[in-house]
Amino acid sequence: MTGEPLLSINNITKAYPGVVANSDVSFQIQPGEVHALLGENGAGKSTLVKMIYGLVRPDSGSMTFRGAAYAPPEPRVARSTGVAMVFQHFSLFEALNVAENIALGMENPPPQRDLAKRIREVSEAYGLPLDPDRLVGDLSAGERQRVEIIRCLLQDPKLLIMDEPTSVLTPQEVEILFHTLRKLAAEGTSILYISHKLEEIRALCDEATILRLGKVVGKCTPRDTSAAEMAELMVGKSLATPARDNAELGEVILKVAGLSVEPSNPFGTPLRHVGIELRAGEVLGIGGVAGNGQDELLAALSGEVTTPPGTITLNKTPIGDKGPNERREMGILCAPEERLGHAAAPDMSLVENALLTARQRKNLADSGFVNWGATRAYAEKVIADFDVRTPGPDNVARSLSGGNLQKFVIGREILQDPTVLVVNQPTWGVDASAAADIRQAILDLAQKGAGVIVISQDLDELLEVSDNFAALNEGRLSNVRTTRDLTMETIGLMLGGAHDMHDLDEEAIHAEA
Amino acid sequence: MLRLEKRPAPSRAWTAATPVLAVVLTMIAGGIMFALLGKNPFEAIRIIFWDPLFHESFAAYSRPQLLVKAGPLILIAIGLALGFRAGVWNIGAEGQYIMGAIAGASFGLAFYPSESPLIFPGMIIAGALGGWAWSMIPAILKTRFRTNEILVSLLLVYVAEKFLASAATGFLRNPEGHGFPGSRNLSRIESMNNPELISGTGMHWGIVAAFIAVITAYVLLNKHVLGYQIKLAGQAPRAARFAGVNPNRLIVLCLGMSGALAGLAGLFEVSGPAGQISIDFNVGYGFTAIIVAFLGRLHPIGILLAGLLMALTYIGGELAQLMLQIPAPAIQAFQGMLLFFLLAVDVLSTYRIRVKKEGVA
Amino acid sequence: MMGIDPITLIVALITVSTPVLLAAIGELVVEKTGVLNLGVEGMMITGAVMGFVVAVNTGSPTLGFLAGMASGMALSLIFGVLTQMLLSNQVATGLALTLFGLGLSALLGVGYPGSTPPPVSDPFPAAMAEIPVIGPILFGHSLIIYLSVLLVAAVWYVLGYTKVGLIIRAVGENHDAAHALGYKVIRIRLMAIMFGGACAGLGGAFLSVVRVQNWVDGMTAGAGWIALALVVFASWKPWRALLGAYLFGGVTALQLRLQAAGINIPVEILAMSPYVITIIVLVIMSSDKSRTALNAPAALGKVFHATG
Repeated sequence: MTGEPLLSINNITKAYPGVVANSDVSFQIQPGEVHALLGENGAGKSTLVKMIYGLVRPDSGSMTFRGAAYAPPEPRVARSTGVAMVFQHFSLFEALNVAENIALGMENPPPQRDLAKRIREVSEAYGLPLDPDRLVGDLSAGERQRVEIIRCLLQDPKLLIMDEPTSVLTPQEVEILFHTLRKLAAEGTSILYISHKLEEIRALCDEATILRLGKVVGKCTPRDTSAAEMAELMVGKSLATPARDNAELGEVILKVAGLSVEPSNPFGTPLRHVGIELRAGEVLGIGGVAGNGQDELLAALSGEVTTPPGTITLNKTPIGDKGPNERREMGILCAPEERLGHAAAPDMSLVENALLTARQRKNLADSGFVNWGATRAYAEKVIADFDVRTPGPDNVARSLSGGNLQKFVIGREILQDPTVLVVNQPTWGVDASAAADIRQAILDLAQKGAGVIVISQDLDELLEVSDNFAALNEGRLSNVRTTRDLTMETIGLMLGGAHDMHDLDEEAIHAEA
Repeated sequence: MLRLEKRPAPSRAWTAATPVLAVVLTMIAGGIMFALLGKNPFEAIRIIFWDPLFHESFAAYSRPQLLVKAGPLILIAIGLALGFRAGVWNIGAEGQYIMGAIAGASFGLAFYPSESPLIFPGMIIAGALGGWAWSMIPAILKTRFRTNEILVSLLLVYVAEKFLASAATGFLRNPEGHGFPGSRNLSRIESMNNPELISGTGMHWGIVAAFIAVITAYVLLNKHVLGYQIKLAGQAPRAARFAGVNPNRLIVLCLGMSGALAGLAGLFEVSGPAGQISIDFNVGYGFTAIIVAFLGRLHPIGILLAGLLMALTYIGGELAQLMLQIPAPAIQAFQGMLLFFLLAVDVLSTYRIRVKKEGVA
Repeated sequence: MMGIDPITLIVALITVSTPVLLAAIGELVVEKTGVLNLGVEGMMITGAVMGFVVAVNTGSPTLGFLAGMASGMALSLIFGVLTQMLLSNQVATGLALTLFGLGLSALLGVGYPGSTPPPVSDPFPAAMAEIPVIGPILFGHSLIIYLSVLLVAAVWYVLGYTKVGLIIRAVGENHDAAHALGYKVIRIRLMAIMFGGACAGLGGAFLSVVRVQNWVDGMTAGAGWIALALVVFASWKPWRALLGAYLFGGVTALQLRLQAAGINIPVEILAMSPYVITIIVLVIMSSDKSRTALNAPAALGKVFHATG
């Protein structure tokens, strides 16, 4: 395995206006090596792999692949050289079937029938079963990832790039994936594995390159390095773990019973008999792999989707039929996952975005006329109290970084003193220090007696903040467990869903009925 | 190579400057078009943009025409702009204009020859209701069946035109008109006339209504929650729903407002400048108003200015037809060109144009 | 019914439908790539005037058809550059195209109303067209009509069974994913837009040179908009667009015949019937949630701007 590296990155620099995405980055990948590229959101990992895959061209620097100069002008060239990539946000087409999706990623796809046969062969050989005729829109997140992986494997790649592959998988699915990747590496395929999850990298990778703010800040052998050391290199400072005093849970304030919702789009997930009891001062974590009904659950709680009145009660008042603004008046506030376009309007200023949800509880309008002075003052307060980095409240939401906008969105709700706060993916795509601030704010809110529901795909986050835990799978919610009694194994089974958790689910339905 | 780069926030300077730039570019391209038609381009541009206002012999006639033509354009464009801002595409204002005119005229003529002073106000209400009712067809189909409002509102223009033909030759035909198509001349009936309010200015009730619409829309968009919701729904529909905006209510409201305003414009036109319901009393204001709305950047004050400019091209076009024998449709092409240029230079307000360095080979 | 012969009605409906069918099949491809071009009416009318003017001046209907296609394509290219390169709003740009096309066509056609275009020869010998019943229906048309049906078949085959069709559908479904896989989204869309323009232009030229054999201002009378409605009616499926076009043609041909037969229904009611029926059909199609949602290109009308 010594000798010529498979891919060598030499002094690559790439700048965008106002930000240097990569500065003088160099590293090598050996044949058959699993190489980790480790870094926070915004460290420049994505830009780097886009350059390797031919989507972006470097400003300066060079690459060699198997000793030859390598500068792919487009992904086609990268693919024919032997570089394949599994994207973080899948490059899949929902309305097309699996075989069509795979054909689109190949240079010379065989006729559909032969392709379907090969898909079956390869997917079974690597333990990733797939039906070539199914519509991708009907697949789970894990199955979609399989489509991407099979698409790559059919090309016989020398280098497989995986961008944050485990963020959409259950712990059990992660094990299957790692098994596949190890098998590939043993067969001589190199893997460039991008992640910010340290334990995964320690379990899987042979070498690691750590990026921070576009620069290489360290290299290590993950098996011989502690997670803490890598974390410090990655973040650049040590962060306080969010904490609060022991929680005293109060009365049940929010009760959801028999909540069933049909999805609004053909590929959505229906909610089936969801039941929740949330107590004052409680942080309830709801875990689950993407696409198992998280958006639908948030919409049903926020009032964007209405249901029969009795399915949701707040302090014994039925509210299932109330719209978002009536619910806000009563004290249920929400922060959806999608910041730009759902929680905030991208092209509106922070002042206008403050009005979006704070009108009722902060009295920002008088008989229909907006009090812009008060609205601006509220926006400024959110900016100040939550340390939102922006030149001022007149800047549009789109101009803020993910972390800062998320602090604004969460702050906008928390400063309204909610009785119940529901957040979906509160720290998704947010840098570590902002994530820590947001988690602390959630805990502080619960400490003051509010009930908080945190919906997240990040299990570490849920274990850190929540008192109780439930899993959402195909629109069903498991029964609730106390977080401190949980093991990763149990969580994995809970996330795995109906088959493994049949008894639990039955119990849950009966308990709520 | 040139490439576009999204600005962190839309540029205010460019937002204001692009309409002016578009007008200048249109003048250049229009000049080329006039040159191709064998006319002196400089003279043509001068006749269209300058002479209607300042020529010593025509200006006295054409200046009042400016308000007469701008009034309906502004009135309709204000309504359309509210919808366009919310992402509700009513492009059938021409049909609503016709139906408003027919409804208003029918109301008045039903009481002929009464001289009650209540007849004209009643006609105004009937006109607004006529346009409103016609716009409720796409609104209800959209909210009930999710039918595309662009296609329905547009197809209804053709239906309205056939209905107009039927009205002018049938139930509204002047019984004393010797069998010719067309209704009684409303502008000659005291109780139904929409008169020139200040002699020599062209000012009539429709223009008063247009000014009121501009002010109301300005207040609505800048100070009122409804205006905020309209903007929010257009920019980020999901965020609007999250903010408690009922999209169906907004669709009904926006189509209803634009329909009612178009209906009003039709009524004021038929009872004033046009005078009577005839097969072709409508001259395409409903479509030109779309250009006015965009040229005014969907902003009430912008629409006021754009309406005046567009009225100028109408009057100047007629003048150019008279003096240079430039064919009438040239002006229509000229107006369409203006919208093209506006859309083309619009890119400058949201994107920055950068010269891209050659990539590393 | 008195005086309405079913065979001549069928022959007439095919002729009446063809301009709309051509425009619809072009727009169908455009929409499959995720672009909504509302300028069909403008491209059709420009195709109609250019086709007519060239056919009259050269005496060659073929050159007329080519001119119609070229002018439709030229207009569509304006739309393409504005929406794909300058990222303008597709709805507004399409409307601008229609308004501009209506003005431009009227300008270009000054002095032409009343001119006689050269006759178009039919591809099949007259003897075949005289075979009872099937003769006039199958063999009595001009070449463009056969071409339009072939075009439907070709679009159906290409979209459903070729790699090019797969790429077109992929771009219309998710342009970001297609871009990530290395497909040239803008180039593919521009080509589709130009194909749509050529089809609309040809439809317009057929209308003026073959069907009406005259040039009249605004003679398309909403045919472009009906073509847009047909695409929705067809749920983006080529053969259903053909069916829809012939249904529409049937209604139009029938109402024209009823008008001529002097039946006791007001002319205006008959004249509005094609539009009203189009609306009713649109409503029926769009109220069926699941089916349209699955076939509609998911990226339809959205602006694509590649970052990075």
